Amino acid sequence: MQIIFQQIINGLSLGSIYALLALGYTMVYGIIKLINFAHGDIYMLGAFWGFYVINEWHFNFIAALLSSMVIGAISGVTIEYFAYRPLRHSPRITALITAIGVSYLLENGMSYSFSSNTRSFPQVIKQHSFDVGGVLISNIQILILVTSCVLMVLLQVIIKKTKMGKAMRAVSVDADAAELVGININHTISFTFALGSALAGAAGVLIGLYYNSIDPLMGMTPGIKAFIAAVLGGIGSVPGAAVGGFLIGVLETFFQAIGLSAYKDAVVYVVLIAILLILPAGIFGKNVKEKV
Amino acid sequence: MAGLLKIDNLAKKFGGLTAVSNVSMHLNQNELVALIGPNGAGKTTLFNLLTGVISASSGSIVLDGRNGAVTLNGKKASQIAQMGLARTFQNIRLFKEMTVVENVMVAMTDRFNENFFSSIFRTPAFYKKEQMMKDEALKLLTIFNLEKQAETKAKNLPYGIQRRLEIVRTLATNPQILFLDEPAAGMNPEETADLTRLIIKVQKMFQITILLIEHDMSLVMNVAERIYVLDHGSLLAEGTPAEIQDNDQVIKAYLGEEV
Amino acid sequence: MRDNFKYNITWLIIMAAGFYMINTLILVGIVNTFIENMLVTIGINIILATGLNLVIGFAGQFSLGHAGFMAVGAYATAIITSSVSGGSGFYLSLIVGIILSVVIALIVGIPTLRLRGDYLAIATMGAAEIIRIVINNMKITGGAAGIFNIPQFASWPTVYIMVCITTIVLTNFIHSRDGRAVIAVREDEIAAESVGVNVFKWKLAAFVFGAATAAIAGSLHASYLQTIAPSEFGIMESISVLIIVVLGGIGSITGTFVAAIALGVIDTILQNFGALRMVIYALALILIMVFKPSGLLGTKELSIKSIFKKIKSRKEVI
Repeated sequence: MQIIFQQIINGLSLGSIYALLALGYTMVYGIIKLINFAHGDIYMLGAFWGFYVINEWHFNFIAALLSSMVIGAISGVTIEYFAYRPLRHSPRITALITAIGVSYLLENGMSYSFSSNTRSFPQVIKQHSFDVGGVLISNIQILILVTSCVLMVLLQVIIKKTKMGKAMRAVSVDADAAELVGININHTISFTFALGSALAGAAGVLIGLYYNSIDPLMGMTPGIKAFIAAVLGGIGSVPGAAVGGFLIGVLETFFQAIGLSAYKDAVVYVVLIAILLILPAGIFGKNVKEKV
Repeated sequence: MAGLLKIDNLAKKFGGLTAVSNVSMHLNQNELVALIGPNGAGKTTLFNLLTGVISASSGSIVLDGRNGAVTLNGKKASQIAQMGLARTFQNIRLFKEMTVVENVMVAMTDRFNENFFSSIFRTPAFYKKEQMMKDEALKLLTIFNLEKQAETKAKNLPYGIQRRLEIVRTLATNPQILFLDEPAAGMNPEETADLTRLIIKVQKMFQITILLIEHDMSLVMNVAERIYVLDHGSLLAEGTPAEIQDNDQVIKAYLGEEV
Repeated sequence: MRDNFKYNITWLIIMAAGFYMINTLILVGIVNTFIENMLVTIGINIILATGLNLVIGFAGQFSLGHAGFMAVGAYATAIITSSVSGGSGFYLSLIVGIILSVVIALIVGIPTLRLRGDYLAIATMGAAEIIRIVINNMKITGGAAGIFNIPQFASWPTVYIMVCITTIVLTNFIHSRDGRAVIAVREDEIAAESVGVNVFKWKLAAFVFGAATAAIAGSLHASYLQTIAPSEFGIMESISVLIIVVLGGIGSITGTFVAAIALGVIDTILQNFGALRMVIYALALILIMVFKPSGLLGTKELSIKSIFKKIKSRKEVI
């Protein structure tokens, strides 16, 4: 029983990172139907920024987290402006290839400029664990969970309550109609990228704290996992992305714990395919039937 | 020769909404029947049920044609098409990037079986079969004066011609029954008159049964031998054009209650 | 009939001429092993990308699992030729690879091809990853380290001939009744069903066909390079095949050829740039897509038929 709780705690903290990333995928996909392959690399940029400011400028955790979010947002908006905006009316697969190009550029650009070595992330917060009925919970895990949940609730408030959130939802349903009622499509899309990328930046700092190590290719695998989480939850759905993220995190740690770590990714994919076969649009997604 | 297609108590529910409820109707051989009704009456849903695009919640559809009596419930749309029920669509659905003649040839996929290996190795049998398909497609296109556009991409055709091509494509499946979903939508009176002649010509020439959804009453009253009226998903009336024109319930459904 | 014969002969002559030209260049020494390597890589990429183009470009099904099927072919060849050497071993392994990948494609395709668009892409990517992870954990496949010292059988002539054969089979398939059905599925599934085309069957046919060509490419890859490891057949490999398809133009077989050759040459030139190589490659990719969104050739095909027609019409003018 203790082991199960322990794994759930571990799974939830890893899952919350996936969830933060998945939110960015799902928002961008919801609004411009693009799988933003470069999203995982923004998370890498966030981690590197955190690494830099904590080491060089001696930022504390909060300052590093917030500034990483700003850097993430800026990079997201810049990428959208230069690489995706010119392709908004092109076939979707073209934009996808561009996104892959941007991802390669960020990964290799960072490797080239700052070397591809793995670095150890500074321990800006001393790690210590609490023993709750035999289950070990570290302060970092709590921090990650709490920060992620706060950010997700904040995001939900922005999407549901603010004017910009309303605009985002309108554009994702029908961009042309939204433009007709006076919504500035470009601003709305930029804002979406800013929000999603800020979350990725935050996830970068959190993962740095959790795993202690960062490198320029660190975004690849979590990026794909987070995208799968978004698809699982029903791409375009914000609660879906969160649920998908937690689900994948828990699955992964669980299979690792029972000694099947070699197959943990395979299990994630099996679950993904199984869920898609039962719910072709994910857990929270709406299956839109073509009208005849 | 009566009762080519028998529809018995057909119903379709979408969640709580009953789009089609307990519709019973029949089509006789070589008949031209119209299906009319106000917007949202369930006419296209009925077409979708008959052609297998969606499946019925209850009721039965039986085709008693050249292959004997077959129940169509639960069959895939492609199987139903292969049995000789062809349709056009309200919002034209052509294979846009393919040429006119290719559009027609696709509709023969099921009737002409090219051997996979003969097409891979380009045997003489392959060329012969291709030529046969193409000849038949061109013959159909010539009947409808489309032979000059045979090599044009479907997306580059004017709207009216696209509608005509869609009818040619259905004929290439060698149908017993043709379902036309608002063939005159978006056409001016002159084009509608052309289309009216065309529909009559098709029915005579190919000896097929036609069921037609249409809002243009001039067309309906000119061509239909019988008319079914659908309102709120159920049949309101059935009769000859003259009977329908005098039916109070039908007038009410279209114009509302008298004040 | 006559014309068809003429086109077919012209293609055969072009293929033979290409073979003769490369052969001469190698004998004269202009093509060294370095360039020969490049040619083989290009050839294998052409087989991979034309097969994927059938699935994505012609059938309209977004598959991201191509590397999985390539792995099946590669491992079939690696395992079989290690015990049965020589040509017979290689051809046996080629056929085993094709059969295996067809079976797996059926297992993967029958449930997943009901999914649409990006959902299908993710499901096929997942299936390919499962294949890779299974290979990664099996004994017979050598685990994560892979298989070394595979006897080399496929050199450039084998690859060249296989490129010709797969391309002929693929284009003949596309330009037949079957191909028209497959394209109709891409254009409009509902309309295709309404004229009696069994959409699911043709989707599956294209998917299985694509998988078989990927297996052939995998066999050649293993036999030429002599070492393989599971890590070569990951998501990134599927993506790099996808890049060739999109760059050449979705639905253009000649475009795929142009893109595969262009990328192969660029890649060889960039070898000299060391670490900067991938940065330049990424930038080039973004710029090509931004300025040429429909790919190098769009959906156009360079065909002998149209060239003949052009020459003919020019003659008539003169």
